[in-house]
Amino acid sequence: MASLDDLKKRIASVKSTQKITKAMKMVAAAKLRRAQENAEKGRPYSEKMNNIILNLSNGISDKKNAPKLLSGTGEEKTHLCVVMTSDRGLCGGFNSNIIKKAKRYFSKILEEGKELKIITVGSKGNDQLKRVYGDKIIENISFKESKNTNYFDADKVGKIVIQKFEAKEFDICTIFYNQFKNVITQIPQAQQIIPLDNKGDENSSDESYEFEPDEDEILSNLLPKNISTQIFKAMLENSASEQGSRMSAMDNATRNAGEMVDKLTIEYNRSRQAAITKELIEIISGAESL
Amino acid sequence: MSEEFKLEIVNPEKSFLAKEDVSEVVVPAFEGEMGILKDHISIISFLKPGIIKIFSKSGNENYYVEDGIVEFKNNNLSILTSTIFNLAEMNKSKQQDLLKQAEEEANISENDDQSKYLVDQKIEVLRSIN
Repeated sequence: MASLDDLKKRIASVKSTQKITKAMKMVAAAKLRRAQENAEKGRPYSEKMNNIILNLSNGISDKKNAPKLLSGTGEEKTHLCVVMTSDRGLCGGFNSNIIKKAKRYFSKILEEGKELKIITVGSKGNDQLKRVYGDKIIENISFKESKNTNYFDADKVGKIVIQKFEAKEFDICTIFYNQFKNVITQIPQAQQIIPLDNKGDENSSDESYEFEPDEDEILSNLLPKNISTQIFKAMLENSASEQGSRMSAMDNATRNAGEMVDKLTIEYNRSRQAAITKELIEIISGAESL
Repeated sequence: MSEEFKLEIVNPEKSFLAKEDVSEVVVPAFEGEMGILKDHISIISFLKPGIIKIFSKSGNENYYVEDGIVEFKNNNLSILTSTIFNLAEMNKSKQQDLLKQAEEEANISENDDQSKYLVDQKIEVLRSIN
């Protein structure tokens, strides 16, 4: 049994851990609210963008000559995966969930004998992936310096992706991120962004638009922007998910620390009582022997 | 009958501006400035760097944009843009910053014709703001 002094020290250390986790939970809760707001505010942009692209791609007459970003290269040989994770740890299963989803996808691709290239966004994902897929990672981007998720960061990633696409380095691009559902649930997502996956939203308006300049030109101008927009959306969802995940993880940690303190306190009191009893017995038996 | 229509400017981070009493908007479309009035035909176009002029009952406003997409449908004008500044709030140093950035961009030699044209436009517009 640990000595009284040891127990006292442990109780103090668990208590201070609890204080930290509690503070982190509070911070995460405050940040979560902002991240959630941002995610909601960002939605109209990506929705409108999607709508316009849908209208445009419906209006395109010559499907064969459609921009490659929309129709694909016609091959499926090389896959590029953009894995988006956080830069900071202590957020529960947030990063491992994305990594798990991505790894499953990677092994599927490799089994099919296709080529795989990885871009990691966020240092935590890079840390976890470089052990197994180190030779596949072609780029690692991290936005540790930027405080908030902003469009310029997303645009940077988007430009890299487009550059690589134009250099014919890959055929299909998929992004991995966590979709924010609520504080306890975040769903890891794999979204294909090149070629654009128009999931048959055929109910878009048939209204005829006038285009200036023509559809093709607008489309080829718009599609690269859409890539950045999609990545930005993923980043916003990710940051809300990260804070949500951290909040519930820290909540659990605080509760566990509380339980631990209770248990240790009982143990401490017992052994103190035992020590007192022992001393008493010693005194009494000493007095009796006289 | 009123001659007003709705305008919404959205940037990736938020809904930047929403107005319901707009009578005319002039946008710097890629192929030249374009004025939009009520009951304009449905149109999609994209923007080059320039000034968006908004005329409304509650006053006129000018915004500087670097790029974007315009969609007009059913008397709803949506402008999606990633870079937008209110001219009224734009001060000298901000303008100089943007100008410097644009000039640096112009010095990159590997630009193709279109991006070169856009950068030149940007510089021209920024200079004219003074």
